[in-house]
Amino acid sequence: MSVLIDKNTRVICQGFTGSQGSFHSEQAIAYGTCLVGGVTPGKGGQTHLGLPVFNTVQAAVQETGAQASMIYVPAAFAADAILEAAAAGIGLIVCITEGIPVLDMLRVKAVLHDSGARLIGPNCPGIITPGACKIGIMPGVIHTPGSIGIVSRSGTLTYEAVFQTTRSGLGQSTCIGMGGDPIHGLGFVECLELFESDPKTRGIVLIGEIGGNDEERAADYIKAAVSKPVVAYIAGVTAPAGKRMGHAGAIISGSQGTAAAKIAALEAAGATVVRSPAEIGAGMEAALSG
Amino acid sequence: MHLHEHQAKQLFADYGIPVPAGRVLTDPGDTAAVAAELGAEAWVVKAQVHAGGRGKGGGVRRVVDIAGLEAAVTDLLGSRLVTRQTGPEGLPVNAVLVEQTVALARECYLGMLVDRSRERIVIMVSASGGMDIEAVAAQDPEAIVTEVVTPAAGLQSYQCRNLAFALGLEGKQIGLFTHLLNGAWRLMNECDAGLIEINPLVVTAAGELLALDAKLDLDDNALFRHPALAELHDPGQEDTREVEARAHGLNYITLDGNIACMVNGAGLAMATMDLIKLHGGEPANFLDVGGTATAERVAEAFKLILSDAHVRAILVNIFGGIVRCDLIAEGILQALKEIDVRVPVVVRLEGTRAREGLALIEQTGLPIVTAADLNEAAHQAVAAATGN
Repeated sequence: MSVLIDKNTRVICQGFTGSQGSFHSEQAIAYGTCLVGGVTPGKGGQTHLGLPVFNTVQAAVQETGAQASMIYVPAAFAADAILEAAAAGIGLIVCITEGIPVLDMLRVKAVLHDSGARLIGPNCPGIITPGACKIGIMPGVIHTPGSIGIVSRSGTLTYEAVFQTTRSGLGQSTCIGMGGDPIHGLGFVECLELFESDPKTRGIVLIGEIGGNDEERAADYIKAAVSKPVVAYIAGVTAPAGKRMGHAGAIISGSQGTAAAKIAALEAAGATVVRSPAEIGAGMEAALSG
Repeated sequence: MHLHEHQAKQLFADYGIPVPAGRVLTDPGDTAAVAAELGAEAWVVKAQVHAGGRGKGGGVRRVVDIAGLEAAVTDLLGSRLVTRQTGPEGLPVNAVLVEQTVALARECYLGMLVDRSRERIVIMVSASGGMDIEAVAAQDPEAIVTEVVTPAAGLQSYQCRNLAFALGLEGKQIGLFTHLLNGAWRLMNECDAGLIEINPLVVTAAGELLALDAKLDLDDNALFRHPALAELHDPGQEDTREVEARAHGLNYITLDGNIACMVNGAGLAMATMDLIKLHGGEPANFLDVGGTATAERVAEAFKLILSDAHVRAILVNIFGGIVRCDLIAEGILQALKEIDVRVPVVVRLEGTRAREGLALIEQTGLPIVTAADLNEAAHQAVAAATGN
């Protein structure tokens, strides 16, 4: 078991023939992902990486039965690509693209709300079920099939958590990078819900950072509905207010969005909050044995 | 991207939001001409810097004669203004805005912004204008009235009326406010603004509405479709190292400490700063070299870090994913050959081909400390910076 994706998930790539799309599609195929084709408008009918290219997502879905899409198109065209995937009936849309305008994402989210499609990202590493399906830019080799669900706002910090839970022998059920943008798809709450109901997931790692109130909402949900151990790490304790720390979403406005407030909320909800990113794996081992 | 008040007010005027008559001055020699053009007998002179708290910092001067105007302009232009938002060094005043003074009846607050948790554009008003809106929110949250706009429908007239009546406006002011708010809504959407703030929005003695101050932030991610607005960027208001970093595709923010860090990924970069603090040190910067760190970028990052005289040690923390650690190691070695690095360097490499990368560094005999894990890396960097 796993959440959202497994070895049978049929995946297409939007922006398939571009350099990013090509590179990461090759990586996904090598990992064993069931990639069934791709979309590049104007290149329909061609074959790329041994797979069919379609002009539209609608045609790709009709011909291949695709259920998930990974998007590598440039920021200016990404909102359109997400909406095209949703309109074609794709159930899981994973948008890797960084730098999408906020107002574009507001409009996208309003439409997705009605369509029922799930979005991961944008500006994220993607989602992986180790040993089964990789949709995104994460290095497959550091993952190992196992029992920890990981959800994170940061790419490289996710890799830290993966690396540590691999080294400690726990492995991962599924890892979800929800992305660093202020307006994004799946959040902590939805991912916690998925991991809580996944029988294979024994523990959940939650990696947050300054900005917004996603972590506070996660804390409320943990308190109300999560029985599995949650180990959290929040980046940005030393970040100055008002400065954007790399991610568009990582900014403290006034007294809102501070790491201290998020840590306090998660601890009050019963999560283990580790102060050092080096202690995520050890924290989970302790939480599972405690 | 922040805009200057005078730039924001020009856009306000373009979108039908009334602003006081004013002129921008960059040369004190033009003062008399500007005074004549504006034709008033009293003026207000406002320093153009990207920071709030200008009034309390002495950056807003009311003058009642031409001699006072000339003195204020001469005093402000070329100075550095320190406010509660700038830090002790202040920001350079390269332009002032001279406006006619206005007889006020009341001051209100109007803000329009993207509310990330609602995923909607939200409009906030308060009858307590001129005050810091965060202070109002803390002391008297009931005094702030909000309207949430649905993307599909857009701003509706009833929402404008709700807010106008909440502000206690009456008669023809309801229509004026609706017109003003529709202008702000179009500005928000057509220019990809992230925040429009008018504080204070005033009712004049004559009963008209006027945006006495203007704050406007544009979405950096959307500037590609607004080349003319992108031209309004004023790098003079930013940290010189941060401007330099951006030119090289690096994400850099200056901090107060003495341990520099170079990291791939924004989250890991923040975590590295936190780890330095946890081990008793102070980070000198936030620096994300990005997912595709090349030898050139690493070299530029070293140059940038070393331009800060406070730096006593450098911590390089790379988690190789798609980027191979041996290539990063080559980049580090290349950079150290080109640049005279006078402070200890601690390197932690993990992930793809990390062992090969560390071996490369250890073979060179350069004075680089390699660390086996995150904690050891932070510990070594703090020890190196403090000389222990």
